[in-house]
Amino acid sequence: MIETAFTPWASLAGGVLIGIASIMLMLFIGRIMGATGILAGLFQPSSASDFAWRAALLAGMVTGPAVVWLVSGEMPAVETPMSTTALVVGGLIVGVGVTFGSGCTSGHGVCGMARLSPRSIAATVTFMASTFATVFVIRHMIGA
Amino acid sequence: MKLIATYLIGVVFGVGISISGMANPAKVLNFFDIAGEWDPSLILVMGGALLTTYVGYKLVFGRNAPIYESHFYLPGSRNIDAKLIVGSAVFGIGWGISGFCPGGALPALGTGRWEVFVFTIALVAGIFLARFLSKFGASKETKAARI
Repeated sequence: MIETAFTPWASLAGGVLIGIASIMLMLFIGRIMGATGILAGLFQPSSASDFAWRAALLAGMVTGPAVVWLVSGEMPAVETPMSTTALVVGGLIVGVGVTFGSGCTSGHGVCGMARLSPRSIAATVTFMASTFATVFVIRHMIGA
Repeated sequence: MKLIATYLIGVVFGVGISISGMANPAKVLNFFDIAGEWDPSLILVMGGALLTTYVGYKLVFGRNAPIYESHFYLPGSRNIDAKLIVGSAVFGIGWGISGFCPGGALPALGTGRWEVFVFTIALVAGIFLARFLSKFGASKETKAARI
């Protein structure tokens, strides 16, 4: 386990920026800011312009850390307390889950919940509870 | 113009994720570890994003259409079925194991850290696996229906 400090202001500011980006995506091109849908659609675009907006959005997202680095002089921290096996297994499971569940934290947790969609509220409550339970089992029952 | 606007929106999202801590698995996992060294930061990320979007969407949906498109692309499905709940529960298991969710990992690719690439490749493989499984399931159902 790696200890992390409580960062209320940075996290709140980050959350507000995520919200602003979600609003702008809906305002400009009428799309839900859902990472799962944006990524999955990139591999099965309905047209060339459908591919183009997804690729542009993704390119922008990937530029984010560099902008933070330019402004603050530091790359955002990515600390991984888990093994490579856990990253691969976890990644596969996340991919299967978000495809069947039709979304993840950004799509259901932010955009869907903001629309008060019953489906998104049910999905968000379920994956949050499931993640709490998984982390509890891994850290306090298995003791990894 | 449309693509430039979309790119810039991606940058705003990427910066938001980066400074919020969502791109950092250690921070994400500590949020979910209430029984351990709890880091409540993620409440502010999700709360801030949700409240902002709630207010902003109300204004946006006052319009008839988005700026560059003829209509809003909103999910039509309304029912809460087993697929939604089981899928979401499975996602939570993967999030708890890896500490990455898709929205956190995609911007984090920009840090150049190999761990993020490993996770993202596995994530894409998982998406294809799920598609294969649901196609397989669907074709079995059609066969069963024909019989």
